[in-house]
Amino acid sequence: MTKEKKTLNLNFGPQHPAAHGVLRLILELDGEIVEKADPHIGLLHRGTEKLIENKTYSQAIPYFDRLDYVAPMNQEHAFALAIEKIMNVEVPIRGQYIRVIFCEIGRILSHILNITTQALDVGALTPSLWGFEEREKLMGFYERVSGSRLHANYFRPGGVHKDLPRGLEKDILDFCRTFPKIIDDLETLLTDNRIFKQRNVDIGIVSKEDALNYSFSGVMLRGSGIPWDLRKSQPYDCYEQIDFKIPIGKNGDCYDRYLCRIEEMRESVKIIEQCLKTLPKGPVKSMDNKLTPPPKNEIKQSMEALIHHFKLFTEGYRVKKDEIYTAVEAPKGEFGVYLISDGTNRPYKCKIRAPGFSHLQAMDYLIKGHMLADVPAVLGSLDIVFGEIDR
Amino acid sequence: MSLSNLEKKINSELTTKINSSRINHNQLEIQINKDSLLDVVIFLKKNNSTKFRQLIDITAVDYIGNENRFKMIYLFLSHEYNLRINISFKINEKEIVNSLTKIFPSANWMEREVFDMYGIKFNDHPDLRRILTDYGFSGHPLRKDFPITGHSEVRYSEEKKKVIYEPVKLEQNYRNFDYSSPWEGTEYIKEIQKKND
Repeated sequence: MTKEKKTLNLNFGPQHPAAHGVLRLILELDGEIVEKADPHIGLLHRGTEKLIENKTYSQAIPYFDRLDYVAPMNQEHAFALAIEKIMNVEVPIRGQYIRVIFCEIGRILSHILNITTQALDVGALTPSLWGFEEREKLMGFYERVSGSRLHANYFRPGGVHKDLPRGLEKDILDFCRTFPKIIDDLETLLTDNRIFKQRNVDIGIVSKEDALNYSFSGVMLRGSGIPWDLRKSQPYDCYEQIDFKIPIGKNGDCYDRYLCRIEEMRESVKIIEQCLKTLPKGPVKSMDNKLTPPPKNEIKQSMEALIHHFKLFTEGYRVKKDEIYTAVEAPKGEFGVYLISDGTNRPYKCKIRAPGFSHLQAMDYLIKGHMLADVPAVLGSLDIVFGEIDR
Repeated sequence: MSLSNLEKKINSELTTKINSSRINHNQLEIQINKDSLLDVVIFLKKNNSTKFRQLIDITAVDYIGNENRFKMIYLFLSHEYNLRINISFKINEKEIVNSLTKIFPSANWMEREVFDMYGIKFNDHPDLRRILTDYGFSGHPLRKDFPITGHSEVRYSEEKKKVIYEPVKLEQNYRNFDYSSPWEGTEYIKEIQKKND
């Protein structure tokens, strides 16, 4: 007698805590083995690209905070760089250093969230409690510099909005001294943990070839042993002058990606320390008042400053007709902006290339043949945030 | 390999398939014919001196009012040579583009997104469904003639005890403030001046 093979369809999400947001995953199961995964995305689609086309350039920046909302400033960076390159604006060196500091703070923010929630998904609660305390401190730095814990709107074309408030440099430096100890603590909980290893080692293996074919970037690419980081290979701002290493994995499994993220946090701390130690004095944004607003006290006295201020906050600046693709190494991978300007004060088109989009696409390839319980582990190591995938 | 060498190389190897090329912002931009897309992409991926082994993104632009309404843009990255290239071609509303899914599996969702947002169809695509918009959505949001407020809105109806779709009702119409100033030499002032001359 032959037995007919029956598969079971399982609907995972969209309101499942292990789905990291609003992911709906249709799984086809044979017993406990996943045969097919079909992610349904778009439940958080807000039409960011359409909205940006209808806003001036400076009104468009806050939308970038709302993409990957665990590391907002890294996204703003890509957009600011695109405009700077088209307009040929030089960012003052202090502005570049401050940007790099906050990009790396964003990277730590994102990696803490990812590592601890991945641990949570496979059964460890404590890392998230310890990690989130540190995230809170980092978001405190965000708040002190921009007035907002998450949606910073701090990076502007031409530099950053404001200089660091008094005392912040010292506090960030203090954080850099204490944080490596926290990473060590997290590692004692996870790195050699038997359960964590059983759930992650040899799960969701990506070969080098497939990592390229599936358009992986960031840790997903480095975890598979491809040494590629835009901060090194196509450096922007002052990354060229900073000494740091790029950790890469060997096996391309979930565990290697976890290790890469841990090491990247240590490197980020080093970058921040170096930047703070050599932080130059000077302006933080371009002095061209056609692009960046003049200081508030000048507005009260100078007619010209008042006109510039008024023009920038009504009409905004115009960007000459051009097309450009700029990419930055966001915590999740290559975050790119394809900007088409037509000489007016609004972008004609702004395509956002989100790293998570390609990573989630490979879900079916990654999970095929694994057990149902591996789905959260793989999802966790993909480091997906729906703000950027659904846009 | 530098960008200008790459430009020479591609132009000499693919001769008639390339319509024009230029280097802009440290990236090579080439324009091709719609039909030679697959040949060009396979060449770029397989050739040992190009090795564009990663597809970064696929997108389209809507130039409404033009005879060839859409421009397709493909971005590629070569890790070996640290180079970026973008390929583009123009198509009209009815034309169908060849799918890249056989060459790059990651093209699958990217093409679905282009289909969803612009309504451009792809040949040989295994699964051309909408991706980002709602189930049962109509229209293509990133087309320039699609209103920013959309056509329908969603709410939970207490009477029917379910989520219902209704046409958009706005308390106040969407206002598109046009702050563009006539100063600093806009086009139309120059035109008026020309006429007066």
